[in-house]
Order: sequence, then C-alpha cells, then structure tokens
Amino acid sequence: MTVQANDQGLSLPASSLASLRPVLEWLARRAEPVVISLGAVIAGLALFSLFILAIGKSPVTLFQLMYTGGFGSWFSVQNSLSRAAPLLLTALCVALPARLGLVIIGGEGAVVLGGVAAAAAAMPFVGSVPPLLLFIVMATAAMLVGAVWIGFAGFLRHYRGVNETISSLLLAYIAIALMNQFVEGVLRDPASLNKPSTKPLPAQYMMGDIPGMDVHWGLVIGVLACILSWVLIEITSYGFAARIAGGNVRAAQIQGLPVGRLIVGFTGLAGSFAGLAGMIEVAAVQGAANGSLAAGYGYTGILVAFLARHNPLAIIPVAILLGGIEASGGLIQRRMGLPDATVLVLQGTLFIVILFCETFYGRFRIFNPDLWKRS
Amino acid sequence: MTKLLSMNRRSFLQTSAAGLAAGTVPALFGSGAAAQTALTVGFIYVGPKDDYGYNQAHAEGAAVIKAMPGVTLVEEENVPETVDVQKTMESMINLDGATLLFPTSFGYFDPHMLAMAAKHPDIQFRHCGGLWQAGKNPMNTGSYFGYIGQGQYLNGIAAAYATKSKKIGFVAAKPIPQVVQNINSFLLGARSVDPAITCQVIFTGEWSLAVKEAEATNALIDQGADVITCHVDSPKVVVETAAGRGAFVCGYHANQSALAKDKYLTGAEWAWGNVYTNFIKSAQGGQKLGNFVRGGLKDGFVKMSPLGPAVSAEGRKKFDATLAEIMAGKFSVFKGPIKDNKGNVVVTAGTALPEDAIELESMGYLVEGVVGSTS
Repeated sequence: MTVQANDQGLSLPASSLASLRPVLEWLARRAEPVVISLGAVIAGLALFSLFILAIGKSPVTLFQLMYTGGFGSWFSVQNSLSRAAPLLLTALCVALPARLGLVIIGGEGAVVLGGVAAAAAAMPFVGSVPPLLLFIVMATAAMLVGAVWIGFAGFLRHYRGVNETISSLLLAYIAIALMNQFVEGVLRDPASLNKPSTKPLPAQYMMGDIPGMDVHWGLVIGVLACILSWVLIEITSYGFAARIAGGNVRAAQIQGLPVGRLIVGFTGLAGSFAGLAGMIEVAAVQGAANGSLAAGYGYTGILVAFLARHNPLAIIPVAILLGGIEASGGLIQRRMGLPDATVLVLQGTLFIVILFCETFYGRFRIFNPDLWKRS
Repeated sequence: MTKLLSMNRRSFLQTSAAGLAAGTVPALFGSGAAAQTALTVGFIYVGPKDDYGYNQAHAEGAAVIKAMPGVTLVEEENVPETVDVQKTMESMINLDGATLLFPTSFGYFDPHMLAMAAKHPDIQFRHCGGLWQAGKNPMNTGSYFGYIGQGQYLNGIAAAYATKSKKIGFVAAKPIPQVVQNINSFLLGARSVDPAITCQVIFTGEWSLAVKEAEATNALIDQGADVITCHVDSPKVVVETAAGRGAFVCGYHANQSALAKDKYLTGAEWAWGNVYTNFIKSAQGGQKLGNFVRGGLKDGFVKMSPLGPAVSAEGRKKFDATLAEIMAGKFSVFKGPIKDNKGNVVVTAGTALPEDAIELESMGYLVEGVVGSTS
C-alpha cells in the first residue's frame, strides 16, 4: 500500500489538469480499496458461476434468485439486515485485535458466555426494574464476561507468549462447554425439559424491533459499535498507537508505547462486543440462554472482518452483503434444488479470491496519489 | 387457497378438543376435491437432508407428500435455531406462498415458531416434538411426535439375542427426557430377554458431534459392549464405527442397514410419511388440522427396520410376538416395580405406564442396569 512512486515517466498536460489534481489525488487514494474489493467480488462470482455451470445449473437464474432473496423486496432487505446484525459485533471482535496484528478467531466463546452472563444477570431484576435498565444490566454483564474471555487470550499472547489464534479458538470450545454446564445445571429452568435453557424473559422484557422495521435493535447497536470503533482506531491516539504496535511491535516498544496494555485493552474491547452480541441474542431473539447461542456467529464474523480488511466502517456493508447471501441461500435451495453447501462454496470462493486480491494493493500505478501530485 | 384459509379461520371458533382428530381420521373428502386444492408446504431442517438420521427421516416424509396431487413442496436444510429460522419461515410465506409449515427441529418451537405464528395468523404451523398446550399456544400452531420408546424396546430385544458379553452400549446426545426414555427402553427390552444384561451409556453433550460420537462408540466397545445403538441427530458415525469394529448395531431415526450390512439387527425408525400425508389430506379437504398429534408403532408414526440376517430364529420369534402385542395396543414398557440405577423405586409395583403417560415426558432417571449418569 505504501509503495513509493517512481512514475515520473507518465506526465499529464499540466495546464488543463492543474486544478483537478487535488481531486484526482484524493480519488486515487480512496479508489484503490473500492476498486480492488469490487474486482475481487466480481472475479469471485465469475469463478462461482463456473462451478454452478459445472453442476449443470444456470448461474443467471442463481444470481437472479440471490438478488430476489437478499435485496429484491423490502421483506428481503429486512431479512438480510436481521442476519447481518449479529455479524457486525462479532466481526469487530476480529477486526479490532487485527489492527494490533493479532488474529483472534474465538469470538464464538465470548458470544455464548456473554449470552449466559446476560441471562444470569437478568434473573434477579426481572419484574422489578424497567426494561431499559434491565438491558443495561444484561449488556454490562455480557460485555464484562466477553472482555475477560478474549482479553485473556490477549494477555496470554503478550505476557506468556501463547499464540492468540490457537488460545482464542480453544477458549471458544471451553466457553461452549461452560455454557452447556450452566444451562443444564445451576441456571436451568426446570420447565425446559427437552431443551435445557435458562428461565425465559417475559415478553415485556424483550428488546423488540426497530420501529417501522422487522429487524431487532441489535442492528442499530452493531452499526453504532462499528462507527465508534472506527473513531477509536482512525481518530484517537489510542488507535494510532495500536496501529503502530500492529505495524511493528519493536518500534512501538522503543517509542515507549504501552504495548501490553494496548493488546489487553483492544482484545478486551473486542471481546466485549462479541459478548454484547450474545446479550442481544438473548434479549432480542431467544429470550433465554441455551445451546442455540452457539450458532456460529463468532466464526462468520471472522469472514466478515477479513473481507472488510479490518476496517470497522467497511464491516457494515460486508456484513449486510453476507446477510444477503445467507438470506438468499434458502431461496436457492428451495427454487433450484441445490444443497445448502452451495452458499458455503460461494462464501469460500469469495473469501479466497478477496484474500488473493490483497496482494494487488500498491501494484497499480493509477492508484498512486503521487502520480497525480506532480506533472 | 383462500377457501382453505377461511376454513381454518372459522375453525378457530370451534371449541372442540384438539386431540388426535386430524392425525388419525383420514380425509373424508374425495381425492377429486383434494387434487384441485393447491397447497404449498414448507419443510425446515436443522441439519442436512441426507444425514441418515433425524433430518433424513423428515425429508423422507416430505418426499412422500411431494408426490401428492396439488402439493408444492419447498425445503430448506441446515437452518440454525436463531432468527435465521424465523426469516426462513417468513421467506417461505412471502416468497413461495407457503400456507402450511413444518419446522422440524425441537429448538424451532419456542420462541421462533410461536413468534411467526403470532405474526401470521392465517398460516398453519405444525412442529415436531414441541409440547403444544391448549390455551397457551395459538390455534394456528400445533405439534406432532411419535412414541419411539417402544421401538427402542424392540431394539433391546434384538440386541439381547445378539450379545455374547451381556453388555450393550448406548451413545446419547443430551440427558433430556426423550433421550433418557430411549436408553431405559433399550435396556428394559434387553432385560425382558435376559435380566443379566447391562447397558453402558455415554453422553456426548451435543446433538451432532461426530468426533465424540466415534470416541464414545469405541470406548463402549473397548469396555466389552457388543451391540450398540444411539440417540444423536445422525447415527451414521456411530453405526459405521460400531460395525467397523465388529459390533452389532441397532438403528435409530432412519434405516441405517446400508451402513452396517449384516451387522445391522433392526432399528427404530420414524414413519413421518404417514403423519404428513394425514396433515396434507386434512388441509386439502378443508378440515381442521390437529394441534396435538401423537402416536406410536400401532398408529403408524414409528416403524421398525426389517430384521437383519444376524437375528436368530428365537430372537425373531420373541421380536414378532412383542411387536404383535404392541400393535394390539395393550403394551407398557414401564411396568413396576422399576428401580433407578441408584436404588430408588421409580415405578411402583402394579403400575404400568402406557406410552402416552405424562410421567414419561419428564423422565430424569436411568433404570437399574444402565451404567452411567445423567449429571
């Protein structure tokens, strides 16, 4: 991305373009990620079309159905947004540590334990406090537990030299086992016979939908979290310090940056977002904590974060795109008789092609702002 | 279709008890009328349709109604028990025009199907396994399930004639009433032949966890068990592992004889095709669909796989005699006195619980002779 310009050879008629130069420079700077990402998506879809042709189906029908199912009507848009909501928060759980150079893939653990913590924290207060206060209690508990869980992986990384990718993944398995232990043990509602769950929240304590939409409040919370994370990373000095530490830990340490605290802080914040996703699952969807919390949102979040290149703002459209792909997956199954795995093949193809296209950054002269500065 | 819907709405006003009406009374209207009523039916599965287990059993049932005149079938597999299933139901309603939905996984019932039923009062929802309660759950919902415990009892009889070590094994998902009842039925069936038989049980903790299922199967065989059965979503891994180790196998959910060849003794299978056919006939005939539909072997809700070549002539005789007794309708698996495996009397002498006894729905004990613990 920071390849220096050495393209003096390409000169432009100075007189006519002089006034446009700042604009072009700005455009060049901004266009690179957009063009490369879009190109990657188009190339991925083209490859996927070949796969669909190979199994004897029409890619045209398939893409039409994907549009209908994901974005073709107000119902479909809301369907996509509903599925995107939890991914916004779990993608942040990957993206924030990634800016520090850490690959955290165990967000699922923070989601399930956040859900359990939220359900447990709600129990003493149900019936005695207003819903908003209850949500704050639940969210606080969930975020604390999530922060401890993922923050611990960050702690192990910095202070004990344990690989954070492996430790966070293993911690996710422990988290799911703990969740099962809690919902089948001390927290179990005796009335939940064949599906062990915590005591369900009464209807008036459910989070409900955004007015005028069929999508729960988790979407708004997720978008706000993405915006806040962007501000944190791109605007504040903490974010700046984190990006330096992510670029070169030694350099950051020599500069006197508190790398240990940054790592634990960012992983903790990341975990708190995943924990919050678990709380929203309980308060807005499930009404209780149970095995359904381990639905894989933590893992799909990895895909979203990588596709968004760990940019919190880019997470928003990417999550909606993936939500749309998942929403349309059902229609593809139903109308074309293709197995569910088709959508996984599409996601996998896109993922690989987009990662491959990362290598194109800085390779195209046209995106180099320096090219447009001088004549 | 409008006619069907108005019939359903009108039928809400009727105060007749739900009972088994729609499940067992065949459609009185001629097939000519049925053929004219177009009906789109949606099926939703939690796992793959070809899992040799729970989901395949339902998909086979769906395939039966697909062949009925006037029926359009839409199916979606691998749908998690989250907001995803709510959106899948709505997508089937809005985009495919489905008016009768069968969400087949236990976790779809509360809150997901109930939420969608409240939102779409004109659509009929019938759920597999949920405990529909009159007055509490909406009238456009209902549940159906089969008493498969007697099938596991027959499995136990076949196992008793095949075992040489007098030890049989059970790979179980979670210690919930439905599973526990199957384990107890399997052992009681075996003990009806030879009271010296014991059954070791291992809980994997999850409905679908292939690695643990294989480990559990191997562990049971290492401890001397020579006949294995299971209650997990997909018995494929258990059946293949056990047969590969030379143990005999009793199937569950669907027919797995193709996976175990001559090691397959018999199996307790769902016969959902009959159940779904009755629902569709009622819907096409404009009749009210049952809200609480239950049945066992004699009602055609459950069937046994054909006996394998390894079952002795003596075993065949006892199996057929017990099956005949069950089909006559006077059979109880749980006949007192029965002790649990901690020595407490759980069914007193002189008590015989019929298969629809309410006590069986909350069973939490393992009977004497079962080696293992639910906690």
